[in-house]
Amino acid sequence: MRAALDAVRDRSLTVSQKYMALARVAESTVKALPVSDAVQALRDSGVICDLYEGAAPFRPRYVVPDYGRFVKQGSAFLGLEPPRDLDEALASLLVLYRHVPSITGFPVYVGDLDALIEPFLDGADEDGARKAVRLFLLQMDRTLTDSFVHGDLGPRETRAGRLIIEESRKLKCAVPNLSLKYDPDLTPDGFALLAAECALDVAKPSFANHRIFSEDFRRLGFEDYAVVSCYNGLPKGGGSCTLVRLNLAKLAPLARDRADLLERALPEAVRLQLEYMDARVRFLVEESGFFESDFLVKEGLVSFERFTAMFGLVGLAECVDAHSEGRLYGRDDEADAFGLEIVRRISEQVAAHRAPCLEAALGRYLLHAQVGIDDDKGVSPGCRIPVGREPELTAHILRSAPFHKYFPSGIGDVFAFEPTARRNPRHLLDIAKGAMASGLRYFSAYAADADVVRITGYLVKRCDLERRDRTPDLQNSAVLGRNAVNNLGVLDRRVRP
Amino acid sequence: MIGQQAAEGLVARVLYSSAVDGPGNRAVVFLQGCDFDCAYCHNPETRNLCDHCGACVGACPAGALSIAEGGGEGGERRVVWDETVCRDCGACVRACPKGSSPKTRRMTAAEILARLERRKPFLSGITVSGGECGLQAAFLEDLAVAARAAGLPVLVDTNGSTDYSARPRLVEAAEGFMLDVKAWDQGVHRALTLAGNDAVKRNLGYLAGAGKLAEVRVVVAPGLVDAEACVRGIAEVLRTAGAAGRTVLKLIAFRREGVRPARVALPGPGREELEALAALARSEGMGNVVIV
Repeated sequence: MRAALDAVRDRSLTVSQKYMALARVAESTVKALPVSDAVQALRDSGVICDLYEGAAPFRPRYVVPDYGRFVKQGSAFLGLEPPRDLDEALASLLVLYRHVPSITGFPVYVGDLDALIEPFLDGADEDGARKAVRLFLLQMDRTLTDSFVHGDLGPRETRAGRLIIEESRKLKCAVPNLSLKYDPDLTPDGFALLAAECALDVAKPSFANHRIFSEDFRRLGFEDYAVVSCYNGLPKGGGSCTLVRLNLAKLAPLARDRADLLERALPEAVRLQLEYMDARVRFLVEESGFFESDFLVKEGLVSFERFTAMFGLVGLAECVDAHSEGRLYGRDDEADAFGLEIVRRISEQVAAHRAPCLEAALGRYLLHAQVGIDDDKGVSPGCRIPVGREPELTAHILRSAPFHKYFPSGIGDVFAFEPTARRNPRHLLDIAKGAMASGLRYFSAYAADADVVRITGYLVKRCDLERRDRTPDLQNSAVLGRNAVNNLGVLDRRVRP
Repeated sequence: MIGQQAAEGLVARVLYSSAVDGPGNRAVVFLQGCDFDCAYCHNPETRNLCDHCGACVGACPAGALSIAEGGGEGGERRVVWDETVCRDCGACVRACPKGSSPKTRRMTAAEILARLERRKPFLSGITVSGGECGLQAAFLEDLAVAARAAGLPVLVDTNGSTDYSARPRLVEAAEGFMLDVKAWDQGVHRALTLAGNDAVKRNLGYLAGAGKLAEVRVVVAPGLVDAEACVRGIAEVLRTAGAAGRTVLKLIAFRREGVRPARVALPGPGREELEALAALARSEGMGNVVIV
């Protein structure tokens, strides 16, 4: 009860943030899942972590509605006819966003925004359309108050895409996070350059490798994908039931040497995490009733056959360092090769596993390079090279790229640039294109003095990061961002000349 | 070229990625050696050639330098630099009695392109800079031809002391030239650089006429440079060549950081002075003026 009272009395939370905190307290009082002693031991030591998902999963962690279908059919549950013009379309979307569940209470995906809006721009005048798009973005930022809210753009250039990028650059908001699905054959340079210029100012959009994502998801049996939350690739019209992560930095000390890690500690931990994920997925699917009762399912905006689950990992760098006798991950080829071997083994074991009650991807879980949580200390996100030892820009990208193919449900690198990069945005575009061509799945950039900062995957306004007065934040992610700045050195990223 | 030995360049440094040496992301090849001695030089260690006296060897805290007796082509002693141990601390440059650097390497165009092979997807092209790259024109020409064939257009960053009209193959192969005009008046130029500027002015007209002048730069350093005369003179030459509208004129504010203190005591220009020069350039017909 103590925790509940603490939440009630907390002066740094808004009332709606208190609701969320209280719901978490309530959920933690039930023991809904069968958790073996072995799993519990690894949870207690922080090797396995479910990232605040709660003890009784009652909604999928990541819900990725088919908004294209929604604007065609409207919604019986919401009492909405299919929209006929731009105002109706934007209003309908804002209504639906309010009802898309997640762990945070806000939708992690708001659609392929340009493709959704473009048909409604037919006949709309420039000023009116621009104003409507600006207000749409503004309302998202002020009502969907955390920056795991994510919209996609591209790969083709559209009028809507240009409007969204131009207005995002002017608004300087943290929400929504944006990805440009980039394909050199489909995305014209002019449009990509507009995105690069915007990224220098407001840290978005990031570049998502459309070829790699679409090939991976096609191979897994999905027609289409979306990039959601931080940078998570997931099947459109479905999502992910859960995300549980393996903290390799904390696993490393439990192994005597490299052989012991690869042959015993690692496969055992992976097996136990899969067991824990199975239990969470089974409860959500069989006990919670989500897939029987939620209107998103009934109206076909998501369907059970497109729900997978994400196997996360974090802290590869620290794990490799711990077993490399002074050689450093990200600096030494041999250390990197060992890191790749760890990831390859995890990938193989996860790919061989079949979830007991999921149909998507034949029951396979997808690998995800988790970016960390705000109280991680000395644990680098996913497979990233630790802040403070980043190599020269292109060397950094070339070292990172081989890891990216293992992570269909998301991995990415973030780069800070000198403010002078604005004089030559074509430079950033060249780097982004090179990164895509070299096999990087996801590339994020911003200028070191940008108004919006990319923390690990999510965004926080610089003024919110610098605030120290302990009054409530409008956006939940601002709190996470301040902690991450202290614990992960986010603002100390190497600044690229 | 078959049977002929490829020209080697004396390379001070290869940079894989730069945002400030031409449009887009460019690799930069810095060549060692310069024939101007500009008072405001920011890279004075790239001016003189190493004479292998060995004064730097003991100064290196990383043990990256050593003497190889008889290591040269004619059996003379050489200072050898081990790039893999070098910490780039600059102690060798500070110890050099000539203000030079031992950290140079003889490379062919093919060797440079091999180094850049994995970086190609990231690059708009290569910029060759210095030192003064025109002093190694044969190598520069090789590099421009080979790089173009490899899909990496070359921009030449030059002080214009080399007569490029005598190098049509280089001019044809290069994407363009970025030419420094240090001063317009011969006397001012000599005082600033200890060299004349007849060749610079000839190159200005020749490269503009050939459609290969990508950019002209003037470093605005009050008391050292006749910037207004530069702007007027450049505009006149470019107008005559029909290139005033398209050629970038960059007005670069002199900054004292990194400059040899004995040579320059004056502060850089104010914003107003730069804006006035830019306005003058535009009124003289320059279509693309940038202040840096």
